[in-house]
Amino acid sequence: MKEWPRASLLGAEIEFASMRTYARYFLRRLGQFVFVVFVGINIVFFVTHATPVDPVEQAISSATQFGHSDPRAVEIMRKALRELYGLDGTILQQYVRFWTRLATGDFGPSLSAFPTPVSVLIRQSLPWTVGLLFTSTLIAWGVGNSLGGLAGYYRKNRLLKAVGIAATGLQPIPSYIMSLVVLILFGYIWPILPISGGFQMNVSPDLSIPFVSSVIMHSILPVLSLVLITIGAWFVGMRSLVSNIVTEDYVVYAELAGVNRRRILTSYIMRNALTPQLTGLALSLGAIFNGAIITEFVFGYPGLGTLLVRGVNSGDYSLVLGIASISIVAVATAVFVIDLLYPLLDPRVKVE
Amino acid sequence: MLRVFRDLFRYNREFAAGTILVLIVLSLVVASFFSPYPPQDSYVVPPDVPPCWAYPLGTNSRGQDVFWQLTVAIRNSLLFGIAVAFLSRIISLAIGLVSGYTGGLVDRVLMSINDTFVVIPQFPILTLFYFMMHDHMSWTLLALAMASLGWPYDARLIRSVALSLRNREFTAQSVFSGMSTRQILLEEHLPYVLPIVFSTTMNNINWSIGLEVTLSVIGFTNIETPTIGTMIYWANQHTAMVAGIWWWVVAPVATVIMTFIGLFLLSVSMNEFIDPRSRLARMGV
Repeated sequence: MKEWPRASLLGAEIEFASMRTYARYFLRRLGQFVFVVFVGINIVFFVTHATPVDPVEQAISSATQFGHSDPRAVEIMRKALRELYGLDGTILQQYVRFWTRLATGDFGPSLSAFPTPVSVLIRQSLPWTVGLLFTSTLIAWGVGNSLGGLAGYYRKNRLLKAVGIAATGLQPIPSYIMSLVVLILFGYIWPILPISGGFQMNVSPDLSIPFVSSVIMHSILPVLSLVLITIGAWFVGMRSLVSNIVTEDYVVYAELAGVNRRRILTSYIMRNALTPQLTGLALSLGAIFNGAIITEFVFGYPGLGTLLVRGVNSGDYSLVLGIASISIVAVATAVFVIDLLYPLLDPRVKVE
Repeated sequence: MLRVFRDLFRYNREFAAGTILVLIVLSLVVASFFSPYPPQDSYVVPPDVPPCWAYPLGTNSRGQDVFWQLTVAIRNSLLFGIAVAFLSRIISLAIGLVSGYTGGLVDRVLMSINDTFVVIPQFPILTLFYFMMHDHMSWTLLALAMASLGWPYDARLIRSVALSLRNREFTAQSVFSGMSTRQILLEEHLPYVLPIVFSTTMNNINWSIGLEVTLSVIGFTNIETPTIGTMIYWANQHTAMVAGIWWWVVAPVATVIMTFIGLFLLSVSMNEFIDPRSRLARMGV
């Protein structure tokens, strides 16, 4: 029998151990993901079933408020709506049906865009929301962290100090107010960019240059307002993280040893500060999502936010319910993905 | 107490700026009690008058004086924010203290729930809530709904402090002297976390006013109650910006931004004050 060299055996063992801890990490995150979806959907079920208003009666009263209608027809309508909304049978049956609907992604037809299924409407607007969210988060997180890192390292720099003051001032402003201010600035005072919609009406939606450039032009203002509100938190967070790390012994040692300053900043300091910022990103994703759909509504961007408001205003129960449920699942999934990226940045998770 | 205040004012520019902004907003709130018109009445003054001596912030298309309307609106918005912050503080204190002190399984379960509430997007849920309530939607109900969503960030913060308190000697002493868990949490640990609770309160007020403004502007609250949000809602309904009545929109937006920045700066400076290291660094000792 061939004897294994000891070193490679040890290497294999470490490899195996790190894979096992990664698997454990993965399972724990998966558990949290399932739990988030479970609790979130239960909140949605609770809100729809514990409130005194019956959506079926509401739809009927808004349908029959003009003129007289046959009581038999109303009865048939009531029955049909109950079935459509999944509100017939006992509360337990309704609960089970609620989950089946979510699992199959079938929320029934939309009442305001009958007979288009709710799932089709959501699928049409979800890419817009995801695109907006992804772009603005990437820009805000990237730029905010880089500038924040620089500001923490070069504490005396005047320009970075000014950026810090601006970031602190922008941070507490909620997305609606920020979008409104951006809208007023670029819509009325200095109208250079489109302020409403996702692309120009007279451009056909295919992969052509005019369409893509139209999409980009229309996304600038929504992205700008989202970036402006979120960038401050990353900037301030990174600045304080870096200014704490700068005083660590290993940084002082590296400086004394004559390591290139840029190298110290990027691989010695920023790399260590990035992991808590990634956790921060995962934790604030729900809030960023809120901001995105509010911003969409302000700019009439064809995403989930606009669809949600339209659904409420037209009394479309299935649509509102569908969007609320999908939002929870989507945000939970995104957080899960970020959590899985985490070990790539922080090797300590792998070997613990 | 007064000396602390004076020192903060002198050495902490954030605190000074925040105090001034909050004082301006509070003076508006005080002024609201001297309003010559009942806030819900319309057509009490000539409509659409731009800012002038008689009407410092102009009048709107509903024949209301924007200045007096604004004072009542900011009062209601602030009250709403304080109510939500107060209610959600109770939840976050209870969960944070219990979780940090008890530890073990209770801690893990509570923090799982906590992280779940951090992640769940609140806006679609509040919208769904409005959709189900419609005309039954009231100020109190919205405050309750938002309080039950707005506690998790701070519960985690409080827990982290409670965790460190658990291993302090005085906790062991209280346990040995026969205090119940409830007594330890309320009498021994609560005073330690109160400073953090104060600073998170400011941020929570900001968060809830922000969400209230958003929901109101879309029309998802009781639009008859004058708040900053409903004020912008009515301005939008009358297309104030297009009609050139900019003062109707700019006044509430500027006021609410002042409130946000003021409260935020106060919370930032309070955080620094709680942390003695950064306080010393600032004073240049």
